[in-house]
Amino acid sequence: MIVTRRALLVAGSAGLLTGCDRFTDSPVLASAEEAHRFLQRSIGRGALATEFRPEQRSPRFRVNGTHHPNTPEYNIWAGTRFVDWRLAVDGMVARPLRLSLGQLQAMPQRAQITRHDCVEGWSAIGKWQGPQLATVLQAAGISPLARYIVFHCADRYGNSNYYESIDMIDALHPQTILAWALNDRLLDIGHGAPLRLRVERQLGYKHAKYLTRIEAVASLARIGAGKGGTWEDSNGYQWYAGI
Amino acid sequence: MARDMQMADHPRLIYRHRLVTRLWHWINAIVLMILVGSGLMIFNAHPRLYWGQYGANFDAAWLTLPRFPGWMTIPSYYSLAGARHWHLFFALVLAFGLLLYVLWSLANGHIARDLRIRARELGPQHLWADLKAHLALRFHDPDAPAAYNIFQKIAYVGTLFVLLPTVIFSGLALSPGMDAAWPWLTAVFGGRQSARSVHFLAMAAILAFLLVHLTLVLLAGPFNEMRSMITGWWRVPTEDEA
Repeated sequence: MIVTRRALLVAGSAGLLTGCDRFTDSPVLASAEEAHRFLQRSIGRGALATEFRPEQRSPRFRVNGTHHPNTPEYNIWAGTRFVDWRLAVDGMVARPLRLSLGQLQAMPQRAQITRHDCVEGWSAIGKWQGPQLATVLQAAGISPLARYIVFHCADRYGNSNYYESIDMIDALHPQTILAWALNDRLLDIGHGAPLRLRVERQLGYKHAKYLTRIEAVASLARIGAGKGGTWEDSNGYQWYAGI
Repeated sequence: MARDMQMADHPRLIYRHRLVTRLWHWINAIVLMILVGSGLMIFNAHPRLYWGQYGANFDAAWLTLPRFPGWMTIPSYYSLAGARHWHLFFALVLAFGLLLYVLWSLANGHIARDLRIRARELGPQHLWADLKAHLALRFHDPDAPAAYNIFQKIAYVGTLFVLLPTVIFSGLALSPGMDAAWPWLTAVFGGRQSARSVHFLAMAAILAFLLVHLTLVLLAGPFNEMRSMITGWWRVPTEDEA
């Protein structure tokens, strides 16, 4: 059999590329997440995400992820304008809370026009409004020993509910809010009604929708499969999604 | 005549590429292949490009491509998360490798000595003469065979100081964390979606450089060129082949 040099090169480079597949889950590659987190926190620990003018907003803000949780419980809430929906705040807090939408709307509010950056590459700009997460956590008496805030959601992914988590640096950041309005209207179901997280310095999958419970914890190890979020557990997405 | 004979019998070898240059060259050869492969996989997640701050499915894209096939991407199966692990690791190698190489080459005089473009080299006469020499496949000045010609200098300086920094900084500008830390960076590119388009175009320009680079290696004598980039030693072409 005569193998031309070109055929060898083509086969070789294709083999090299597919040979890469088995290293994809290597902890060495995954260590870059820590490096990027360290570098970004070193240069901008408290930095604010860019905010935009109203006319800079996307004409249409696309829906991504779950479009409708469609569970019996959620459908009852949605059918009664979320009057019976409550946000539980628990875990490492002195005073566990159960907050109605009205109570969240009565707290001091923050409105911000920010850019939503999806891990897929697209972006959309919209105006979000709600209380700062820090306000809610302080109302509940967050323990100084808490290291992460876990967000439990009403939408199902496989056999469990969607969840996400962030550390205290992002949880107490001024632009981290629990949004109930997009572009001056109550959130619609596609965008996460009645309440979703905005954590503006991270990618879209961190912005948990359909919130039902906020839990303060010292470790993520016993939550879900232990990697801090639904996409992190199921597909190996980075927990720190600042890049 | 006697001189030619002597040249042919005793080919003159010169030490052309230092260890740091050779090392950085081969690291980049691997790193760029991985970054392009994993970058195309990331692109596959949303194969549309826009200009401006925002851009998603309902907005007008200036470029929409079909997904790149598995033999071009890392990993070869669809995995945005996996591609990001590859891309974000080797992006650090590329960025800090470039930084160290540039600092090192400034310090040891490599850039000033070998890559600095002199004003006289940009004169139309010089450019024309060099272009004709290229078309005749003569790449070396017999009086200074180791010196880079003007087109080589433009290609190397352009890649080192324009293309690679552009691809690195436009990539950084895609990061929401960097957008908060360094908002001017995203602004320089005119917004995140513009930065994403620039990132893609810079990648394409680097591939174009690689294509020309590899073609010229083949034309200039692949054995001699490869040896010089592996061992550092380069054989000066004899008069009749120069």
